[in-house]
Amino acid sequence: MNRQHPLVSRLHGTVSVLLPVVLALTVGAILLLALGKDPIAYYGYVIRRGLLSPTGLEASLTRTAPLLLIAAGLIVAFRSGLWNLGVDGQLLLAAVVTAALAPELADRLPSVLVIAVCFAVAMAVGAAWSLIPALLKAQFGVNEIISTLMMSFLGVSLANVLIKIPFNDPLTTVPQTATLAVEDRLSRLADTTIHWGVLLALVVVVAVHHAMTMTALGMRLQIVGANMRTAVHAGLRLRLLVIVAFAISAGLAGLAGAVDVLGVHGTIRADWNPAYGIVVIPLVFLARFNGYAVIAFVFVFAVLVIGGESAARRLDVPTYFVLVLVGLVMLFMAITEFMDHRRRLTARD
Amino acid sequence: MDGLLSEAFIASLFFGAVTAGVPLLLAGLGEQVSEKAGVLNIGLEGMMLAGAFAGFATAYATESFLAGFCAGILAGMAVSLIMAVLCVVLGMNQIVVGIAITLGAEGITALLHHVLYSRSYPRLSRVETWTIPGLADIPYVGQAFFDRNVLIYLAFALTFFMIWVFRRTQAGLNLQAAGDAPAALDAAGVSVTVTRFASVLVTGCLGGLGGAYMATVGGGLFLPFMTGGAGFIAIVLAMLARGNPLWILFGAFLFGASLALTTALQVVGVNIPTDVIQMLPFAMVIVVLLLFARHSYLPPALGLPYQRGAR
Repeated sequence: MNRQHPLVSRLHGTVSVLLPVVLALTVGAILLLALGKDPIAYYGYVIRRGLLSPTGLEASLTRTAPLLLIAAGLIVAFRSGLWNLGVDGQLLLAAVVTAALAPELADRLPSVLVIAVCFAVAMAVGAAWSLIPALLKAQFGVNEIISTLMMSFLGVSLANVLIKIPFNDPLTTVPQTATLAVEDRLSRLADTTIHWGVLLALVVVVAVHHAMTMTALGMRLQIVGANMRTAVHAGLRLRLLVIVAFAISAGLAGLAGAVDVLGVHGTIRADWNPAYGIVVIPLVFLARFNGYAVIAFVFVFAVLVIGGESAARRLDVPTYFVLVLVGLVMLFMAITEFMDHRRRLTARD
Repeated sequence: MDGLLSEAFIASLFFGAVTAGVPLLLAGLGEQVSEKAGVLNIGLEGMMLAGAFAGFATAYATESFLAGFCAGILAGMAVSLIMAVLCVVLGMNQIVVGIAITLGAEGITALLHHVLYSRSYPRLSRVETWTIPGLADIPYVGQAFFDRNVLIYLAFALTFFMIWVFRRTQAGLNLQAAGDAPAALDAAGVSVTVTRFASVLVTGCLGGLGGAYMATVGGGLFLPFMTGGAGFIAIVLAMLARGNPLWILFGAFLFGASLALTTALQVVGVNIPTDVIQMLPFAMVIVVLLLFARHSYLPPALGLPYQRGAR
């Protein structure tokens, strides 16, 4: 019963990824019909503009960079049993600081150094924003869902204050930071519009995945995640490990912000909040904290978003529809995953 | 700045605090029920939005606020039914399902708003109030507390009703047990699944009502994503309240006051970026956590699905 033909098990893997997407698209199609739109035209357009056209594919791949970096950080936190739900605040603050710092440095330093300094500062800002929740958790066992969510709301507002007052570019009417010249941004790969932050993000996800499963630090963090008391009895320095896990997780969220600013936007306007966190959190769960699965899920998500954005402009289906689709995909993924898990349990008995 | 102590400023601050605080109070009380029973209902934001849209659309079509409230309750409960089936009956991951529900509800309500009203934002007529004779004339607080829509009185009354439920009824004890020691509740012959299922529906009902309030009595119009994180604030309020509804009342009013502070300051001519004021309640929670960290308490079985016989 346990031994499956390798082809069967591979087929099974493909089905369990595709089935929820197909189910979500079907429900979405019914919804589109109810709105009086042609679902086939809509989906065709989404796929063409998100995946098949060169510019669309490049946009989708570019979009994966910040999402993958956030996901890498969340893998560390979740495997350590820590619910870092505050990535949005960590990312936005780091992004704003990067956006303010980069144009200042660009006149004085070679661009390689500018980027290196910005990355380091962004990671430090992100990590610093997780320090209070980490200390509260490590010292008093305060539930980190509350503290990280609070710090996230606080961070988003603080980021706006920073954009509107100290970092505001006086040359523009809309409050925003000074714009980084295009030649100082992350350089592109060959003839594409994809910046090298995407490669960096891929490397980081894979590295984090293996670090968590193969290194001593990863092992220690996973023990903390499995059972904090066990970790204490095993002689691990629990407080330090909690702070380290939070710092890595939030630091990578900060790096995601820096990559998005240096690679794509070059500036940040007031009230800009991409809210990446709320979609990446469930994706990381559904991937069972596996880095390779995360890459696949994030890519599918990016294609949907980029394709959906073009379709909104062209076919007058509001972008809100993409949110519905993403919600449905998650729901069906969770259901398929659950059924699969239950089936495996009964098979083992 | 001498206007800061004027009656106009303080009265408008109290008035705004109640207006902004009531949806947090309703949703927070609802979330408290499911958290007590051990279900972390992250989908609350989605339930509020569903309630807000259904409440507004119904009140707009029927010109009846009561019909709007009922529709809000039903919409919130319909959304919470998904959560109850997937997370309580099937034991699926509460955070994944909750976030999926919130995203889906954000999308659906914004989409339906687009379909029904295109890009216009119709408004409801002013809500009727029940003036309590005598009390409504008290300076500073009379208008804020005693000349309001009936739903606001009900929300205050609900706080004390919940205290009674938690302390004095079997249902309250069952809820507590479902979160603290589900196996014990099961051994006592009460179904953990039924208790938790009911608790999630109650959350949907109150979250939906809170959303409906926002879009009818509160603003009188529906905007896409109008709850703007209120559901998450309510979740945090419920966590901080440690099972006591009075703390939710207090917290909701405090959050409401800091949301209202910007408008109240503009009344007396002080201009501060809204973002600075919006930071206040969150900063306050962090300070509270730092000072009283050791007192935070959550049900031991919060967020964990219950499986009979599993270790």
